[in-house]
Amino acid sequence: MSVKERDPLTGHQTTGHEWNGITELNTRVPRAVWFFIIVTHIWALVYWVLMPAWPLVNTFTRGLLGIDQQVQVDKRVAAADATRSLWADRIAALSLDEIRDDPVLVSHVDQTAPALFGDNCAACHGSRAEGGPGYPSLVDDAWLWGGDDETILETLRVGINAPHPDTRYAEMPAFGRDGMLDRDQIRVVAGYVQSLAGLHSGAPPERLEEGAALFADNCASCHGEDGTGMHDLGAPNLTDSHWIYGGSDEALFETIYGGRQGWMPAWENRLTEAQRKMLAIYITSLADEGPE
Amino acid sequence: MMERLTGAERQIALMICVVMAIVGLVMAAAGRGDPMGSHGAIVLIAAGIVTCFVLRAIGEPEPAEDRTTSYYDDPTKAGLVIALFWAVVGMGMGVWVAAQLAWPDLRFDAAWSSFGRIRPVHTSGVIFGFGGNALIATSYHVMQRTSRARLAGHVSPWFVLLGFNLFCIVAASGYLMGVTQSKEYAEPEWYADIWLVIVWVVYFVLYIRTLARRNEPHIYVANWYYLAFILVVAILHIVNNLAVPASLTGAKSYSAFAGVQDAMTQWWYGHNAVAFFLTAGFLGMLYYFLPKRAERPIYSYRLSILSFWGIVFFYIWAGSHHLHYTALPQWVQTLGMTFSVMLLVPSWASAGNALMTLNGAWHKVRDDATLRFMMVAAVFYGLSTFEGSFMAVRAVNSLSHYTDWTVGHVHAGAMGWVALITFGSIYSVVPLLWKRETMYSWKLVEWHFWLALAGTVIYVFAMWNSGIVQGLMWRTYTDSGTLAYSFTDTLVAMHPYYVARACGGALFLTGAILAAYNVYMTIRHAPEKRPERDYPTSSEATEPAVPAAE
Repeated sequence: MSVKERDPLTGHQTTGHEWNGITELNTRVPRAVWFFIIVTHIWALVYWVLMPAWPLVNTFTRGLLGIDQQVQVDKRVAAADATRSLWADRIAALSLDEIRDDPVLVSHVDQTAPALFGDNCAACHGSRAEGGPGYPSLVDDAWLWGGDDETILETLRVGINAPHPDTRYAEMPAFGRDGMLDRDQIRVVAGYVQSLAGLHSGAPPERLEEGAALFADNCASCHGEDGTGMHDLGAPNLTDSHWIYGGSDEALFETIYGGRQGWMPAWENRLTEAQRKMLAIYITSLADEGPE
Repeated sequence: MMERLTGAERQIALMICVVMAIVGLVMAAAGRGDPMGSHGAIVLIAAGIVTCFVLRAIGEPEPAEDRTTSYYDDPTKAGLVIALFWAVVGMGMGVWVAAQLAWPDLRFDAAWSSFGRIRPVHTSGVIFGFGGNALIATSYHVMQRTSRARLAGHVSPWFVLLGFNLFCIVAASGYLMGVTQSKEYAEPEWYADIWLVIVWVVYFVLYIRTLARRNEPHIYVANWYYLAFILVVAILHIVNNLAVPASLTGAKSYSAFAGVQDAMTQWWYGHNAVAFFLTAGFLGMLYYFLPKRAERPIYSYRLSILSFWGIVFFYIWAGSHHLHYTALPQWVQTLGMTFSVMLLVPSWASAGNALMTLNGAWHKVRDDATLRFMMVAAVFYGLSTFEGSFMAVRAVNSLSHYTDWTVGHVHAGAMGWVALITFGSIYSVVPLLWKRETMYSWKLVEWHFWLALAGTVIYVFAMWNSGIVQGLMWRTYTDSGTLAYSFTDTLVAMHPYYVARACGGALFLTGAILAAYNVYMTIRHAPEKRPERDYPTSSEATEPAVPAAE
């Protein structure tokens, strides 16, 4: 074999090898290929000279430009912080009402707070703060711990049942599991709670008084004699139409039987004071607009 | 098929099966209460199934055929059918995963169907199941034809093929049970990794031994690439999977590397899995089936040499471009970036060599969808290698990294290049292997081509848009110097592209199903035709050249 032939189409010679019918032309490597090989290699060489590139025994070639990505990023972060602190420091220093009265600060809050809420709060409270099963809505008028500026700021700072020394603490006991009420009593007291909120109940109506007695003995210390809740204890109002875990027979039974202990992170070490203030302003503005 | 093994070979096969069954039994017993136990059961069942096949043949008379007069194509045929099976499974999983991203409820609340578990089933299913089986099968075919020699062994090709598929099954079932090393494309745990090393070494020895008995003075380009694929994948696999099992009776292991060294090892592996599994091996396919189908000589032997050595030398440096702007020292990033850019020319030289080979055969590209698969594959190869070098530049990467752009890039390569060259090769080799005139239906091949092309284009455009939108939203600041968008905002913006991506994937999957049907019907119904001169011989003589005594 090894007979070199000329390809009639291109005029190039073959290499003279053949594999199961496949032959190869011995065409020269096109000039453009060499050109671009040289261009890319020169570019790489230049880059190596200018930038950190090759390892040495204990160090590396640092490059003529003296660029270091860690130094660069530190500088840019510091510069960005400095620009933001021009207005963020004022937000940190003023009260919420003072911020609301300052149109410049309000515009910073309007630009910043939605993304801040979206990245830190929306995962639990919903992208429109509407809440969901197990997570309270922030746009209704029902507040567990109170809806005034100071209280909201404090809740954001210390969290609820969070690993923070000043955290707000609240627990609905597990009346059923821990043997304080039996299943029948739970159903009866649940029926009474539903009657407070004007809900239809599966519990027998003739035992409403028995339910009221159970409520007074077991629930009123936190939820109040009339069931309207207590902000100091984070005990929800049971007479309104807002339910965190649901007001159905099943949900209420589960709540009373197994107890509840919601959890909200403490944001003191995760967000700056200015950021928490912006969130508080944003949340109260949503609550003023009300649910969609 | 086992009847074609000699009595001695059947006994060896049986012994291997028995050893495997014992291994499976030990794993099942020792790993009780751990996913390893389930894997032991799978190994046991797999060994049992193969044992049944071997036992059915064990009493049969010795094969009468003269082995010197034919190639050994049974493992190739099996490999191609298995590859098509994995194509449908792997791509089906891909469509499901894509749909989950658009409609998360499609998880149906099961643990095994969560995104993190079925996504690796998709990636391993298409890369290893579909791609790997196609590579093994076509490498058997190509090395025999270009060496004009029969495979060196009759048990080892089956061992490699079936052993590799056992690895794939253990891997995929492990993901569903939550077994993972958390290394992309290297998720399977330590015992699966050890098994793959054994299989791969046998594959390497088989390949070298077949090449050694070749009747051609020179080794064809396709074999360089297949050999690079086998050798380097072995090195990558062994190094990246170095780990200490937490216990010998459980699946969990701990990597030998930690921190940024672990990340660097992983992406040295990950990028070269793309280079040597998804590029080198498939270039071997391209270099054989494209000139064969076009009936044209390779455009330039010199370009083949240049691009081969360029690709194998530069690729191995490029992995660190996956870790730009991380804790990885900047000088390592520089090397990854500059070598990625230098890699572009050899890559384009390969794509150009393939396209220039078609000069004089463009009318065939127009008329023949099979050749068109290969032509478009070469175009997508050029496109995705350009995109890869581009994205490796740090400034570009700062926008593209962690976004869907990367996903789009991978799929331009995996769908446009890897899958299309594989389907083109399957359509050209299936009629030859089963001794048929043509494929059962050329119309279905046409349909498949346009479905696959449309699916790829829709997919890639959707991900380009989604990725760039995502990257830009992440880095958009308000006048106050704070982030303009929350993460959820970016998801809302990407949703339409996710729907489009799922549709593109579904088109591509439909094409693969048509291919599986067409191949099945070809095997069952297409008219017969004996191929000419398809037997081992030196290229000068027409007589068989393998010693008759063997």
